[in-house]
Amino acid sequence: MAAANAIEMRGITKGYPRVLANDRVDLDVRKGEIHAIVGENGAGKSTLMKILYGLTPPDAGEIRLEGTRLNKHRPSDAIRAGLGMVHQHFMLVDTLTVAENVVLGEEPRVAGIMIDAAAARERVEKLSSQYGFELDPDEYIENLSVGLEQRVEIVKVLYRGARILILDEPTGVLTPQEVSELFVILRALREAGCTIVFITHKLDEVIELADRVTVMRDGRVTGVVEAAETTKEDLARMMVGRDVLLRVEKAPATAGDTVLAVRGLAAVGRKGTKVLEDVDLEIRAGEVLGVAGVQGNGQTELVEVLTGLRKAHAGEVLLGGADVTGLTPRAIRDLGVAHIPEDRQARGLVLEFTVAENLVLGRHHREPFSRRGVLRLDAIREHASELIRENDLRPPDPDVAAGTLSGGNQQKVIVAREFDGEPTLLVASQPTRGVDIGAVEFVHQSLLEMRDRGAAVLLVSAELSEIMTLSDRIAVMYGGRIVATFESGEVDEETLGLAMTGAWTGGATARSDGDRRATPEVTAA
Amino acid sequence: MKRLARFTSVLSPVAAVAAAFLVGGLVVLAIGESPLRIYGILFRGAFGSVDGVGLVLFNACPLIFAGLAVAFAFRAGLFNIGGEGQLYIGSFLCAWAGLSVSSLTPWLAIPLLVVAAAAGGALWASIPGFLKARFGVHEVINTIMMNFIAIGLTSYLVVNVFKEAGQMTPQTPKILASAHLPRLAGAARALGIPLPDANPLNASILIALAAVGLAWFILYRTTLGYEIRAVGLNAAAAENAGINVRRTLVLAMLLSGAFAGLVATNEVMGFRHRFLDNFSGGIGFMGIAVALLGKNTPVGVLLAALLFGVLNTGALEVDVFTDVPRELILVLQAITIILVVVGNEVLTRRLEQRVRPAEATGADGNADAGAATGEAA
Repeated sequence: MAAANAIEMRGITKGYPRVLANDRVDLDVRKGEIHAIVGENGAGKSTLMKILYGLTPPDAGEIRLEGTRLNKHRPSDAIRAGLGMVHQHFMLVDTLTVAENVVLGEEPRVAGIMIDAAAARERVEKLSSQYGFELDPDEYIENLSVGLEQRVEIVKVLYRGARILILDEPTGVLTPQEVSELFVILRALREAGCTIVFITHKLDEVIELADRVTVMRDGRVTGVVEAAETTKEDLARMMVGRDVLLRVEKAPATAGDTVLAVRGLAAVGRKGTKVLEDVDLEIRAGEVLGVAGVQGNGQTELVEVLTGLRKAHAGEVLLGGADVTGLTPRAIRDLGVAHIPEDRQARGLVLEFTVAENLVLGRHHREPFSRRGVLRLDAIREHASELIRENDLRPPDPDVAAGTLSGGNQQKVIVAREFDGEPTLLVASQPTRGVDIGAVEFVHQSLLEMRDRGAAVLLVSAELSEIMTLSDRIAVMYGGRIVATFESGEVDEETLGLAMTGAWTGGATARSDGDRRATPEVTAA
Repeated sequence: MKRLARFTSVLSPVAAVAAAFLVGGLVVLAIGESPLRIYGILFRGAFGSVDGVGLVLFNACPLIFAGLAVAFAFRAGLFNIGGEGQLYIGSFLCAWAGLSVSSLTPWLAIPLLVVAAAAGGALWASIPGFLKARFGVHEVINTIMMNFIAIGLTSYLVVNVFKEAGQMTPQTPKILASAHLPRLAGAARALGIPLPDANPLNASILIALAAVGLAWFILYRTTLGYEIRAVGLNAAAAENAGINVRRTLVLAMLLSGAFAGLVATNEVMGFRHRFLDNFSGGIGFMGIAVALLGKNTPVGVLLAALLFGVLNTGALEVDVFTDVPRELILVLQAITIILVVVGNEVLTRRLEQRVRPAEATGADGNADAGAATGEAA
């Protein structure tokens, strides 16, 4: 009987001083099924997987892999028992080939000391063709797209003999096409007898791919259902504990004057590579322009140029008709540009600062928060209390360090701060990345509220559904250029996804040359 | 959480000091002396008389300035190892100002020399500050090199240009008398405190206390201090918020150097009344230890400097009255610092283990974002 289950976790409990991350969690994953685990951030999915993989010991509970009990195991024991983990962030060596990466750490050897390169190639090739990975074992990782890198990670796990695969948020970095290709591979693996555990927060994918679903909330399992017999709405309710607005109600835009105009914008990266080329954009008051694209195709750099964080190489940025190209971030901010940065912890917040201090970041030098260079703590605190109340920030304490807040509340701090000054242009970059459904709802509604109050909104997002629900117009970036623009009503996800790969040729703006990815650039702190 | 953090930041230095005394006691035992007797003598030397307390304050005074210098730069994320060089240049400029002016009322002379001292330190610190801000060159290398230049340069100037005529000692003549900072013995006696006339404690300690207050005010009550702390904690976020990171770095370094330069108020204006070649013998470096022990806060620096003042004062007594060499006190100081640093790491890690996972689950996938931030820092 036990053998029917690939994974059996019973009564797993893991407590930390302030939270019970897992509270008597049971998980059954049947052999040969694709099992999705869904839940909001903080629901305890990651803790459960860490316990399963042997990274964290549970306080209580029992774990069986294919009937064999694991006790105080380490990751190496889990791997030996046939478990394989594909992490959200890849762990590959860029300068090595596919085959070298796959065998790394467990290389086939000649005479015990030399790597048997031929054997390595052969085994990788065999795995690759068996499941339709279509990987060239001799290609260097640095030349691969994100989707292919992920396949290398999966092959790596299979090479180590995994029969049970755990994939942590595997679709976050993929284009829609890459997602469907991944699903084909995962189904092939299932046919071949592998068991797959799939951690995600995207409910569409759960319905499409999974056989069964375990839903978690606040460290507990709130439901185990057959994917075929459930709906997104049901899953969302189990995840959040209340009805959730999955669709944002949006009135048609009443666009006014042009707020932002970008003409022929170009920028170069640190190694002299072109990261932006000939970008033209226009956003009017009261409309949302969505910028879609696979990460690393110039969106980050575009936002940086618009907010003054990066120098433009050519072209101009006009704000309300005035040239702001090359102005400092402060000057641009003072002109009414608000910015929700893509990485809230790296650019949006000073985590060690209190919530009150973070809520004035960027406006601390102006009245009423300071006068003649001296901070006015009363005004800062009062402002914080006000925003905390208006935006329902938790905990409602202006004096806690921002770093102790949940991801969703950290994002709410940034949104509250940036929306507070009645901005004329709002640049929102990945505004809902990694935040829970409740906070997503809040961010989306706030964005539309700003739009309806007459702000121009530039929304950069990797989530196509987000782009499609919020935008009035959509621009697609690929290789540092805008390769297509659409009115939001007239385009489907398929077409957008195609444009994101640079393969769409349906319009005059589409581009034809073939380099796969722009070099991602990291700006120096 | 915040209270907990504050609790640790107080607890770890205190625990480290206690542990250091324990280890120091073992060392004393090892050389065949009684730890209780030695510590008794040490503390009697420091606290047994008004004279001793005066000496503690006198010894702590330059360490307060040097510690503030390190702590202030640290708040902007800069590791200013150049306090030593900055205090030499500050002291030299201070003495030079005191030699150049022939007659001036104390009301003008004293401020002039104080400004000269601060300006000298600021000038010296601004060079590595600028190199860091403009070219991204690491300040640790440059501040260390600037130390060698400062010590060599002042030594050359004292020996070859400003040396007092007819003296073997490499020192300048005495500075303008009206620029001397008064000793506090007289004032203390007026308040009924029997501080002997020979006690070197002078008005520089008041400047030091004012400097502690000023550093606190700048850091926590001004926009500049807010920006300095923001840049130190997360330069990318500060930049995004429109803060001019380069300007902030240079300003922080400048102020840091000014604090170091103010060591001259004690050494030149209050005590020697001249510039003596190689007078410091590592005050600037002790400042690093003081700042570390004081957790880089102005008040912490004050307390740490006082502790070091106690140890230095008591060491003399131990040296005179026992067979234990005064070097033992150096050992004790070094052990304290090592234990503070280690204790801090251990305590912080303990805390993180207890609190972090809760937050990590609170942010689930965001552990990676945190790691990325760590890398950026």
